[in-house]
Amino acid sequence: MDYINAIILFSNYILIPGLSYGCQLALGALGVTLIYTVMRFSNFAHGELMSFGAMISILIMWCLKDIGVSIKPLPTIIISLPISIIITVIFCLLIDKLCFSYYRKNNSQSVILLIVSIGVMFFTNGLIRLIIGPNDRNINDGERFLVKAKTIKKVFELNEGLSIKMSQGITIVITLLLVTFIFWFLNKTKTGKSMRAYSDNKDLSLLSGINPERVILITWIITGMLACVAGTLYGLDKSYKPFTYLNLVLPIFASAIVGGVGNPIGAIIGGFVIAYSEIIVTFAYRKFLSYLLPDNFLSDGLMQILSTDYKIAVSFLILVIVLIIKPTGIYKGKLI
Amino acid sequence: MILNVSKISCGYENTKIVENCDFYLKKGQIASIVGPNGAGKSTAMKAIFGLLPLFEGKVYFNNEDISYIKPQDRVLKGMSFVPQTNNIFHSMTVEENLEMGGFIRKTGVKETIQQVYKLFPILLEKKNQIAENLSGGQRQQLAFARALMTNPTFLMLDEPSAGVSPIIMDELFKKILEISKKGVSVLMVEQNAKQALKISDIGFVLSQGKNKFIDSGKNLLSNPVVRESFLGG
Amino acid sequence: MKNIKERIWLTYTAMTCLLLFVAFFQSWNVALSILNLCIISAIMSLGINIQWGNSGIVNFGAMGFTALGGLCAVIISMPLTKGAWEIGGFKIILAIIIFLIFIFLANRTWKFYKNSPKKKICFGLLIFLIGFLILRIIADPVIHAIESYEPAKTGYLGGMNLPVIISWPIAGCLAALIALLIGKIALGLRSDYLAIATLGISEIIIYFIKNEDWLSRGVKNVNGLPRPVPYEIELQNSAWLINLSEKFDFSLVVMSSITVKLSYSILFLLVLIIIFIFLETISKSPWGRMMRAIRDNEVSAGAMGKDVKKRHLQVFIIGSAIVGIAGAMMTTLDGQFTPASYQPIRYTFLIWIMVIVGGSGNNYGAVLGGFIVWFLWVESEPLGLWLIELLTSYLEDSSELKNRLLDSAAHMRLIMMGLILLITLRFAPKGIIEEQKRI
Repeated sequence: MDYINAIILFSNYILIPGLSYGCQLALGALGVTLIYTVMRFSNFAHGELMSFGAMISILIMWCLKDIGVSIKPLPTIIISLPISIIITVIFCLLIDKLCFSYYRKNNSQSVILLIVSIGVMFFTNGLIRLIIGPNDRNINDGERFLVKAKTIKKVFELNEGLSIKMSQGITIVITLLLVTFIFWFLNKTKTGKSMRAYSDNKDLSLLSGINPERVILITWIITGMLACVAGTLYGLDKSYKPFTYLNLVLPIFASAIVGGVGNPIGAIIGGFVIAYSEIIVTFAYRKFLSYLLPDNFLSDGLMQILSTDYKIAVSFLILVIVLIIKPTGIYKGKLI
Repeated sequence: MILNVSKISCGYENTKIVENCDFYLKKGQIASIVGPNGAGKSTAMKAIFGLLPLFEGKVYFNNEDISYIKPQDRVLKGMSFVPQTNNIFHSMTVEENLEMGGFIRKTGVKETIQQVYKLFPILLEKKNQIAENLSGGQRQQLAFARALMTNPTFLMLDEPSAGVSPIIMDELFKKILEISKKGVSVLMVEQNAKQALKISDIGFVLSQGKNKFIDSGKNLLSNPVVRESFLGG
Repeated sequence: MKNIKERIWLTYTAMTCLLLFVAFFQSWNVALSILNLCIISAIMSLGINIQWGNSGIVNFGAMGFTALGGLCAVIISMPLTKGAWEIGGFKIILAIIIFLIFIFLANRTWKFYKNSPKKKICFGLLIFLIGFLILRIIADPVIHAIESYEPAKTGYLGGMNLPVIISWPIAGCLAALIALLIGKIALGLRSDYLAIATLGISEIIIYFIKNEDWLSRGVKNVNGLPRPVPYEIELQNSAWLINLSEKFDFSLVVMSSITVKLSYSILFLLVLIIIFIFLETISKSPWGRMMRAIRDNEVSAGAMGKDVKKRHLQVFIIGSAIVGIAGAMMTTLDGQFTPASYQPIRYTFLIWIMVIVGGSGNNYGAVLGGFIVWFLWVESEPLGLWLIELLTSYLEDSSELKNRLLDSAAHMRLIMMGLILLITLRFAPKGIIEEQKRI
């Protein structure tokens, strides 16, 4: 029985939270990777694009609530996603038209585009605060839990109860759908393949008659979609606070780089690697081990590798280590 | 005349590399441009395909002036180009490479892929492999195959035998002959001048950016001056 | 050449006028506090500029070096917490020394197994982990004890009780040391990755400072750092100031705080001038010429036998040290050290905007950029308020839209900074003052 308790404790505090956080990071990293492979620059504004998407979702949700729409037990924000995706995509296209396209035409260095993306980051961040304000907002108005700890405890007569938050369930399902769609698109459709061809060999794709502007358009559409969904899911899971998205940029870059730059599968794997290492390194194992080991084997401490305060720093640490040891990432990406 | 290039000059920025050169060939012929390193062979080739702007001169394709149109539009008119390096999509499978080669076409891509496989059976064998994992010769065949996907009437090859072993080189030249037998005219730039001139109907010897000799492949091979100065005796 | 000189004169005069405008229309106090931070910003901007403008190194770690500077100011100037030190000061130092020895060993092993990546990683990591474990075993209980020693008042080891000004050069040295370590491992990366890596490292530094309470008091902040200049209260009792205030018929309180700020300004200006002259001298020297040659064509400079990597490391260290000095100055000015306030937007990206707007590659531009951007950063809120008031003046005071807009004026600064950066990059990519052509 103790083993089952330990397993449930493990999945409660490591497996499931890691899975949903990993999904959010993976979606973000996929967006960063697509921009990088097609346009060859690191988009520092991606976190703000996510935040923008989440904000639009919230605004639409408020409108929907005003007219009395509700899909309990699911949170209302889910049905605002389609419209907010469209608006986020339009925003991305506008930004590209006004900011990035000029430098692309001039064949600017990628670092210039990176600095431009910082300008976009400032602007978007300010815009978001202007529209919705800097406050913390809880946007989950549906049922809080998909599986309640109490019920599991009672039914199976265990010390530990398995609980899955509604937001976690939704995150996992939507990520699965979206990622499947994107991989189908990239590998099976002609347009998707032309995107890959363009990112693989720009000159040759021009010789084959692939239209670069169209590839870039499609890339921004997918990126906008990913950013909007990832941002909304992150807000749903934690709570919506505009400035948290800025701090999400680095874990996202870490995921993209750890997985292998420019490799979409790598981006997804990287997301999970980062998410799980953050949680595993900062988890207090005392209770978990108390189920598995005899009492006298345990020490007094929390049995933590690093204090919980260092949670996000872990992702930076992994990022730095990977950049130094194996810059191509887990999946062989483009050489740095 | 499928291609008639008259008195072109071209180069990079302000440096003229090719001056007053003529190139021409008839339907179904193979032509090669040979000459020492730095003679401007590849530069001329790029200018003919529109990858470099022309300073002077005209390029006629099927008697139509195409001197100032984009490379993509030249592809639509039936020209195709195989660059010397980076001529395949490394991260994609062989079949995807071919599909991308035929990107510009709306219909008939599948049929063309089958025809191309008949010409290059090795590619059919490896059709689901990632191009990066092919051998050097296979990659070069894939590059030819990709260029043939647009059903071109005129194929341009930039140093097709660069960096492959002599045995594979022979095989590649055989393939080029086969391609031309299908009615595709071929213009190539070659380092291995002897080999190239053997299969060429017409050859252009370039030196310091200027036409030195224009003659049939056979005549050039037997011309003592050409042999002495350009073919290494 | 002449044109650029004129432009420098013009823009510098305009900047002075702007500050004087604030002095006369808002107050001297506001103008001087803006000026002080303008000077600090200018120094930071000089530090980043020598890296980016002179050699194309993308350092997004300014935040980390600023915080290190701040930490230095705390450690140098604060009084020693005797009780905490007696509990375990030596033990902590011992643990750190042992850890450093293990890192050194790991490094040696790493180099020893150069040719087999698997052994290299396995053994290197193993030795590092053992070191880390020993560090934790020795230090954890001591740290706990120190942190619970009068946590409301101290809870940290304290400092050396030296004059705070000493911390400025020491902050530069500390930042240089850390920059040496970072540069050794990260400078081989291409620009994008170097940017991300330095940003990541600077975040790690901040996390360390935030959470290692025994060293820096963490998020509990350190308040009341000793000043290099007199306190207002002292001044208010000093005869000469009382005389002066009577003479000019100025409030004594205002007079004293202006005097304090002015003395800070003079100190800071002195540092700025020293650093500026230093940078101008080295950029005119053969070393500076070589740096620019490397920037303009890394490959050919490398082919000519210039040791590109070594030069990059040197410039990375110099730039980071300058940022570290500015960080210590800033904490000195604030009189407190608040680790939670270090945000990349304010301490990394804003500095970059300064460099780009001022004109990368020349020191006059970097200083100007620091002044202008900081001025706008501070003044954007009143400016935004004024603008919105103007635009909505036809609306009634109770109008919801107007109140909403007035509330949001505070967020205008981010939008404005973004726009300034984007517009500069688009229409004046060389910045306000272009790099002079020097041969």
